[in-house]
Amino acid sequence: MEGIGIWGVPLAIFAGAIRVSTPFIFVSLGESITERSGRINLGLEGTLVFGAMTAYAIAVMSGSPWLGVLAAMATGAVFGLIHGWICKFPKVNDIAIGIAMMQFGLGLAFFLGKPFIQPVAPHLPSIALGGWSDLPQIQSALNINVLFIIGALLAVALWWAFKNTRIGLILRVVGDSSDAARAMGLNPDTVRLLATAVGGSLAAVGGAYLSLYYPGSWNEGISSGQGLMAVALVIFARWNPIGCFLAALLFGGAGALGPALQSVGVTQGYYLFYAAPYVLTLVILVATSSPTRSLGGAPGTLSITK
Amino acid sequence: MTIEMNTPTLSPVSVDARSFSSVLEWLARRAESVAISLGAILAGLALFSIFITVVGKSPIDLFKLMYTGGFGSWFSIQNSLSRAAPLLLTALCVALPARLGLVIIGGEGAVVLGGVAAAAAALPLTGLVSPIIVLPVMAIAGMIMGGLWIGMAGVLRHYRGVNETIASLLMAYIAIALMNHFIEGPLRDPASLNKPSTAPLPADYMLGSIPGMDVNWGLVIGIVACIVSWILIEATSFGFAARIAGGNVRAAQIQGLPVGRLIVGFTALAGSFAGLAGMVEVAAVQGSANASLAAGYGYTGILVAFLARHNPLAIIPVAILLGGIDASGGLIQRRLGLPDATVLVLQGTLFVVILFCETFYGRFKIFNPDLWKRSA
Repeated sequence: MEGIGIWGVPLAIFAGAIRVSTPFIFVSLGESITERSGRINLGLEGTLVFGAMTAYAIAVMSGSPWLGVLAAMATGAVFGLIHGWICKFPKVNDIAIGIAMMQFGLGLAFFLGKPFIQPVAPHLPSIALGGWSDLPQIQSALNINVLFIIGALLAVALWWAFKNTRIGLILRVVGDSSDAARAMGLNPDTVRLLATAVGGSLAAVGGAYLSLYYPGSWNEGISSGQGLMAVALVIFARWNPIGCFLAALLFGGAGALGPALQSVGVTQGYYLFYAAPYVLTLVILVATSSPTRSLGGAPGTLSITK
Repeated sequence: MTIEMNTPTLSPVSVDARSFSSVLEWLARRAESVAISLGAILAGLALFSIFITVVGKSPIDLFKLMYTGGFGSWFSIQNSLSRAAPLLLTALCVALPARLGLVIIGGEGAVVLGGVAAAAAALPLTGLVSPIIVLPVMAIAGMIMGGLWIGMAGVLRHYRGVNETIASLLMAYIAIALMNHFIEGPLRDPASLNKPSTAPLPADYMLGSIPGMDVNWGLVIGIVACIVSWILIEATSFGFAARIAGGNVRAAQIQGLPVGRLIVGFTALAGSFAGLAGMVEVAAVQGSANASLAAGYGYTGILVAFLARHNPLAIIPVAILLGGIDASGGLIQRRLGLPDATVLVLQGTLFVVILFCETFYGRFKIFNPDLWKRSA
C-alpha cells in the first residue's frame, strides 16, 4: 500500500464492500421476494454453491461466462421449485426443509463439481471507473463488476415493484394472509412456489459471481455462509429491497476488514476480524428483535418471526 | 416457530387402562413412525439409486460396497462405531431443543469451542496431576463451554426474541473464527508447524479404547448421554414440562411452567453434549485442539436428529447407520471412482425425503385409532 499508507485500510474496505457484497445483494433480494410471499428458504446456501458450480462448469465448457450465469439461474429456479413444492404439503416445516435442501445442494454441487476444480473459466467482465486516478489502488478499487451494477438496479426495481405493481401486491397479500389471498381468488401455494423459484434463481446468480469473478474459481470452500447470512440480512433490512442492498454493502465492508488490516501489516488476532460479519449480523438481529412483538414490516405468515 | 412434533399421546399408556385395545392403539401409533421412517428411507434410497444410475454406476454395487465398508467386517464395524460416537452427542444438541419446538443448527460451534476449552483446561494440568483428574476436568470444561455457547442462543431466543436457528448458525461461524484465533495465537504449540494446534496431550492422558475394541470411550459416553436424555424427556417432570411448552408456549405459560428456564436449560444441556463431543475429539482422537475439530459433526448431527425424529433412543441406531455410510465413503471412492461427496448426496436426499414424509403422519387409517372408532 505504498503511496497512500494508512488510507489503504478504508479504501480496501470500500473496495471490499463492493467486491464482497454482490453475492449478498443477489441472495438477499431473492430471499426478500420469497419471504414477502410468506415462505422462508434457508436452503439458499446450497442453491448458491450449486449455482457457483453450474456457472463455472458451463463457462468452462462454453467459454461464455454469461451462459454460465443463465445456467446457474435455471438450476437455482429448480432448487426453489423443489423447496416450494415440498413446502406446500401440510405438516412440512419450511425451515427444516431449507436445512435439508442446503445439505442436498452442497452435496450435489461437490459431487458434480469435482471435474471442474482444475480447469480455468473465463471471468465476468468489469467496468473500470477509476481511470481518472493515477493510483493503482484506486483504479482497482473502482473496477466494478457488471453484476454489482445489475444488483443495484434490481434492488431499486424490486422496491418500486413491491409498491406499485400488481405482482408486488399479490406477493404482499399472500405473505400477509393466506385467507385474504384465497378470498381474492389467488392460490397462495402457487404464488409461494413461484416466489421461491425466483428467489432461488437470484441466489444462484450470487453463486455465479463467486465462482466467475471474486474469488473467481470453483472449489468446495467457495462460500463462507453468504447464503445463510443473507437470510438474517433480509430480516435486518425489514424485507425492503433497498435496505437489502445497503445492508449487503455493510456486510461486505465488515467482511473486508480482516484482509484489509492484514494487508497493512496487522497480523495479531486478525482471525477475529473474520468473524466481523457474523458478529455484526448477530448484534443487529439482537438489537432489532423483540420478545413481545413481531418485527415491523414482517409478512404476517412468515414462520421465522413467530 | 414450532416444529410439528407428532407425539400424539403425551403419556404412552396409562397403567390402569392397559386393556387389549389400548395396547393395540399404542402399538399402532408407534408403528406409524417406524413404518413412515422406513418407507422414507427406502424412497430416499430409490431416488439416490436413480441418481447413481444416471451418472453411470450400478446402485447395487454401491449399496453392496456401503454394506461392506460400513458393516461388512469387524474392522469396518469398529470404524462405523467410531464415526457414530460424536454424532450421538451432536444429534442430542438438535433433538433436545426440538422438544421445545426450537431448531438449533449451530452445534458445530459448541463442538469446536468445547474442544478448545478442553484442550486449554488440560494444558496447565498435564504432568502435574493424574489423568483420572485431568480427563473429567477436560470434560467439564468442554461441557461448560458448549453449554454456555448454545445456551446463549436459548437466552437470545427467550429474552430477546431472536430466531434461534439463525443465531446458532451465525454463532457457529463465530466459534470457528475464535478457534482459529486461539490455535494460531495464544494457545498455539510452537512445535506445530504445518497444522497449528494446541500442545499435544501426553499419550497416557488420552481417553483410551473400550476394552476388546478399537473404538474409543466416546461411543459409551454418547450412548449413556442418549439414554439419560431419553429418561429426562420421557420420565421426569422437567421433560414433561418441556414437551408441553414445545406443543404450545401460551398454554405452558398459563399453566405456570417456567418456559424461560426450560428453554435456557434445554439449550444449555444440548450445547454441553456438543461440547463434550469436542472434548472427546480432542482427548481420544486428535490429541490436541486443531482445525480438524470443525469436521462437520455438528451438521451431520442435525440429519441424525431429524431422522430419529428427535427421539434420543432412536438417535443411537440412526447415528450408527450414518456412521456406517460415512465409513464406507473411502471404499466407494476407490472401487467405483465416485467422488467422496457421494455420501453427502445420499445424506441430503435422505434428509429431504424424510422431512417430506412428515406430511404422511395421520393420513393412514391403520395407524390412527381415532379413525378406527369413527368408522366402526
